[in-house]
Amino acid sequence: MKQLTFIYTLSFISLAATAQETMYPAAKQEKTIYLSHATIHVGNGQVIENGSLVFTGGKITAVGSNLAAPAAEATVLDLKGEHVYPGIIAPLTTLGLTEVAAVRSTNDYSEVGEINPSVRSLVAYNTDSKVINTLRSNGILLAQITPEGGMIPGSSSVVQLDAWNWEDAAYRADGAIHFYMPSLLPPAAPPAGRPTPVIPDDKIKEAMEKISQVRAFFREAQAYSQEEKHTATNLKFEAVHKLFTRQEKLFIHCDLVKEMLLAIDMAKEFGFDVVIAGGADSWMIADMLKQNNIAVVLKQPHSLPVMQDDDVDQPYKTAAQLQQAGVLFCISNEGFWQQRNLPFEAGTASAYGISKEDALSAITLNTARILGIDKTTGSLEAGKDANITISTGDIMDMRTSIITRAFIQGREINLDNKQKQLYERYKYKYGLK
Amino acid sequence: MSKTRKSAARLCLLLGGLLAGYISHAQETFPVNGIADKRDGCYAFVKATIVKNATVTLSNATLVIRDGRIISVGTGPIPKDAVIIDCEGKYIYPSFIDPYSDYGTQPVKKSASGSRGERDPQLQSATKGAYGWNQAIKSEVNAASFFNTDEGTAKTLREAGFGTVLTHQRDGIARGTGALVTLASGKENKVLIREKASAQYSFDKGMSTQDYPSSLMGTIALLRQTYLDAQWYKSRPAKEGINLTLQAWNESQPLPQIFDVQDKWDVLRADKIGDEFGVQYIIKAAGNEYQRIPEMIATKASFILPLNFPLPIDVEDPGDVRFVALSDMKHWEMAPSEPVAFEKANIPFCFTASGLKDVKQFLSAIRKAIDYGLSEQKALDAITLVPARLLKAEDQIGSLESGKLANFLITSGTLFNENTVLYQNWIQGERYSIKEEGWKDLRGTYTLTILPGNTTYTLLVKGSAAAPALSLLQKDTLPGSIALNGELVKLVFPVKKGGSQLRLNGIAGTKEWSGTGTDTSGGLVKWHAVYNAAYTPKDTTKPKDQLLAGKMYYPFNGYGWESIPQQQDVLIKNATVWTNEKEGKLENTDVLIRNGKIAQVGKNLPAGNARVIDGTGKHLTPGIIDEHSHIAISKGVNEGTQSVTSEVRIADVVNPDDVNIYRQLSGGVTSSHLLHGSANTIGGQSQLIKLRWGADAEELKFAGADPFIKFALGENVKQSNWGDRQKIRFPQTRMGVEGVLTDAFTRARDYEKEGPGKRRDLQLDALVEILHSKRFVTCHSYVQSEINMLIKVAESFDFHINTFTHILEGYKVADKMKQHGAGGSTFADWWAYKMEVQDAIPYNATIMQRVGLTVAINSDDAEMARRLNQEAAKSIKYGDMTEEDALKLVTLNPAKLLHVAEHVGSIKPGKDADLVLWSNDPLSIYAKAEKTIVDGIVYFDRDRDLELRQRISAERNRLVQKMLAEKKKGTPTQKAAPTEEEMYHCEDLQAGHQKSLISGN
Repeated sequence: MKQLTFIYTLSFISLAATAQETMYPAAKQEKTIYLSHATIHVGNGQVIENGSLVFTGGKITAVGSNLAAPAAEATVLDLKGEHVYPGIIAPLTTLGLTEVAAVRSTNDYSEVGEINPSVRSLVAYNTDSKVINTLRSNGILLAQITPEGGMIPGSSSVVQLDAWNWEDAAYRADGAIHFYMPSLLPPAAPPAGRPTPVIPDDKIKEAMEKISQVRAFFREAQAYSQEEKHTATNLKFEAVHKLFTRQEKLFIHCDLVKEMLLAIDMAKEFGFDVVIAGGADSWMIADMLKQNNIAVVLKQPHSLPVMQDDDVDQPYKTAAQLQQAGVLFCISNEGFWQQRNLPFEAGTASAYGISKEDALSAITLNTARILGIDKTTGSLEAGKDANITISTGDIMDMRTSIITRAFIQGREINLDNKQKQLYERYKYKYGLK
Repeated sequence: MSKTRKSAARLCLLLGGLLAGYISHAQETFPVNGIADKRDGCYAFVKATIVKNATVTLSNATLVIRDGRIISVGTGPIPKDAVIIDCEGKYIYPSFIDPYSDYGTQPVKKSASGSRGERDPQLQSATKGAYGWNQAIKSEVNAASFFNTDEGTAKTLREAGFGTVLTHQRDGIARGTGALVTLASGKENKVLIREKASAQYSFDKGMSTQDYPSSLMGTIALLRQTYLDAQWYKSRPAKEGINLTLQAWNESQPLPQIFDVQDKWDVLRADKIGDEFGVQYIIKAAGNEYQRIPEMIATKASFILPLNFPLPIDVEDPGDVRFVALSDMKHWEMAPSEPVAFEKANIPFCFTASGLKDVKQFLSAIRKAIDYGLSEQKALDAITLVPARLLKAEDQIGSLESGKLANFLITSGTLFNENTVLYQNWIQGERYSIKEEGWKDLRGTYTLTILPGNTTYTLLVKGSAAAPALSLLQKDTLPGSIALNGELVKLVFPVKKGGSQLRLNGIAGTKEWSGTGTDTSGGLVKWHAVYNAAYTPKDTTKPKDQLLAGKMYYPFNGYGWESIPQQQDVLIKNATVWTNEKEGKLENTDVLIRNGKIAQVGKNLPAGNARVIDGTGKHLTPGIIDEHSHIAISKGVNEGTQSVTSEVRIADVVNPDDVNIYRQLSGGVTSSHLLHGSANTIGGQSQLIKLRWGADAEELKFAGADPFIKFALGENVKQSNWGDRQKIRFPQTRMGVEGVLTDAFTRARDYEKEGPGKRRDLQLDALVEILHSKRFVTCHSYVQSEINMLIKVAESFDFHINTFTHILEGYKVADKMKQHGAGGSTFADWWAYKMEVQDAIPYNATIMQRVGLTVAINSDDAEMARRLNQEAAKSIKYGDMTEEDALKLVTLNPAKLLHVAEHVGSIKPGKDADLVLWSNDPLSIYAKAEKTIVDGIVYFDRDRDLELRQRISAERNRLVQKMLAEKKKGTPTQKAAPTEEEMYHCEDLQAGHQKSLISGN
């Protein structure tokens, strides 16, 4: 295997397959690390050929093509022919909130009730999930752990994927509140030739009523937030306080134009920093989103078109349409284990109209911006955390995406996982090399 | 005609109104309460235009009826005791026949079945008695036995022109017999004219609460097996005892067999069942058959066409219209052209009012079909003689002939003129008044004489017969008013412009009126008026332009073809050709396609007449073959209601209209193996298709391919994830799964040995085929224990498992699979979605391949199938597979697993020209399929795709504008409802629809 040809200079990387239980979270960065002769994809659109990158104490100190020679005590990694990327960030995932989708006892992402803003995903995030390591080994180093269920299931937090417990993992705690807007899709008609059922009027009406409940909730929360002392403390109102000060964002999960128009309207009414999550039809109103400064976490390009008449590649090219309109967007992937394919989602967006570096931004820097963590991560720039992924080739193409190393806050993390271990076990069984 | 005769006729007319509904021919066995009043109801309708049938019309003719039957039509003698009815100016038509009615039966209420998790399984029929095993086969039901006349409905139907209907209980798959009844009032004994007139079928299980069948393919299998069982039952096998259902089934076979379908493809499905058992069904159509006329001709069936043409869609909200497919919009425009399409194709058809919201729209809907080109003659045939013939009741109804029932309409004019009024509907010799106003046409000019003074005026009675208007003709024509109430008439008019009014009342005789009145100065006058001349109204009806329906698409989808594409010779020049043969990857190479086959692979090949496609800088690969797909399947992917359903066949339910065929062509897929789901241990038979977009179901099938069947193991078949109520069906454990398999094959082996007179069992037939390697198994499986178990079971019965599909732990038992001779078709990297996939690894394909198995990567998903090349490429990442081997995972290897590698899977002269031209290395995420070719036909072409997008947009806009105009005109509209697509995965249990629309909503 290719990565075996590199010299492992860091003592805690073990060549022998070990059980996942003995794969330890990495210790704090002690020595300065100097990456040299690499193709550095900064994450902001820039590419540095034959570049170097230095990080120390968990922070990037220098990036460029003509850096001073490394200090004597620095560990130098010659990455000739390899590619260096910012750690990829997976937005909107239930990672760590579920282990086996079909087994109820492993599912911790959905609470009872429609409006639960004080529910926090962070405290249920399981750092020992076997899934996490399969993401890291594909270069995903951070994730937005997002609750589901009801209209407002609670707050999400960004975690880094190499931690002993959720406190260690927290990268940005409770940065966003989520609102899953009831669908405004009219009730469906049967395929042609089948008898037309009587279509009830109430579906849209019901949805609109539910949406007004949410707006009413925010109006009351707004009033509450203006009161200096509360005779009765309302935890739900307290939980959304930072939306009004724009210290936290409201992610509105919706896909259809009418729903997104409502989201824009809510942003206007409450002055919220609103992000559209999903946005399947966002290409239809890209200019309006831009005008209103609404960012989009785009649902995965590997989706079927919304309608049979749609362009067959519509989901592939939506990113390009948002890019063209100047909308701030990033790309997401559904689920939890599926996040390891996030780079390939960006690859497809690139195949259908955006540059490779823009596609990379859509899973790194843009994501960091939307999640409010771009001061410390999302790109390879001096001063930011050393969240770094190294690949032998293009990380967005599965043929070439072989991750050789990764660093979270300067700590080189173990890229082993349960699946690699099972691979080794059965190669051993069959005597394969 | 003498004066007395005339007044007798008039008297009769008046009395008729009073007597409507009176049954003059009481039954002998019923005692009379009061004074007997026997009459034999003899009438002579004279001077009528009699339309005996669609081709024979008699003018100034006489119709004589007696005792509810026709005595003579034409010039026959008028019996002395006949009541004479003057029908001058009127038309007499046979009353209409509706061959698909539920008049007088009980309404069918479907039980709220609920999804699997919400109710207990019901494995047995809930019908009590000596009936068959399945609750949806109700051959024992006879509509006649519970038929009740229903005056309210009968009146509505009569007023729409119907005289006779075939009625049945619309419940179940086999619905029992229909009864032929007239719409007369009174006792059922007289109204029923044939107790068992038809046997009725559908694909809808109706009120049955039994689990089986839950899918369309299960329904078809059940019908097929019931035909066989009924045949077998004729020998009265002792083991069966008395089975009243099968007995009734057999007894009803000589009757007309009527099959109700919900879609054009269902027509072909029903007809195919009929063909297998020597039955020609009459098809009660769905209304979209016009989309496949050649296939409809081929059924040789007669059709009952519905007239419930869709309303225009309310397209004012573009946000909602976004979700309405072009095919729905086109259907609105084209549906009324169905009858004329049938006429042109010479397919026998009749009409039903079934499906119309209001039966009053029946004639206007036919008129609409006429506006689209249907001839009036066919239209009349379709509501009279054709249904009579189809129901084998031509001796009784359908035309005006002596001896037939006296069922006829008296109208003001020709039937399909929109101004024509239906006056009376006579049924079994009884008069039912529809609209009496205008029966007496008093219009004309009259000379009015006022006494005293002998002043004369010329009056003109104009307007319509039903609503006459009056004017006084002199230098200035002066308007007056006329009111009629029976024979009482009231006239008011001024004698000079702006002057006082003359008011008269009296009796309006046919040609002579008289009475008293008040003159302009208040004096008493007497008057009479004499008829001078007829009034001929100006023909104000504008000649109608024949309406044109839009262009047909094959299939009926925005991306369909306007005509089915034809093969042509193609030369692909100068591409990088991935042969999948020992030559490997050839640079700058040409591939010549002739007659749908690869003719030559080489450098600088001459083009001849072939179409040249420049492949410079591009890659040509064999088409992608998806070993595990659930696209293009209608109404249910699982018949998971029993643990063994080897009798069901995906082949029966292939859906050529599925847009996913086109979408997958855009991802380079050329063949898909359509599998039954994984809800039960021995699932249904699968079907390999080629993605020949535009072809019908039979043409989609991969000809000559070996038959396969789907098995499944693990959590789905033991129902682990279906909720706590699903704990009844065996098996619930992996232990039980072995039990099911061993039991099934043991039964199959014993069955095979059974002697003559055995009951043919389609379920066991399929298993016997497996035992003899005439059918091959692809088995959904995950964990090593169950894989090992199935291998052992198969070996103990001396057969082989061909393919383990999904097989996420195949890497653990690859050696055993190899020894057994099985291949693996797996996911690239799926895991963690349930307990049995916890040990799934993305290195699975690589390990199995390195151990020496034939390995494929499959999709099981309509979305993923569009990029199987990328899924294959993951094996380069996970396990270092070479690019060429990785490509084989989705081309040559699945071809081998499906036994079609002789035809597809590599680029080699003689093989089928199923090819993909890629923009880039086909394993790259940046690669796009630019052209996808099946049998030498370019079914997907990125340039043409761009044109289609424009066509869709233009066509949508045209139809939206047309519908807006309709709404503006005041035409009622229907709501814009999203068009659903059918989409399935292995584990979808309901025969319902999944929306592709926006996951998460």
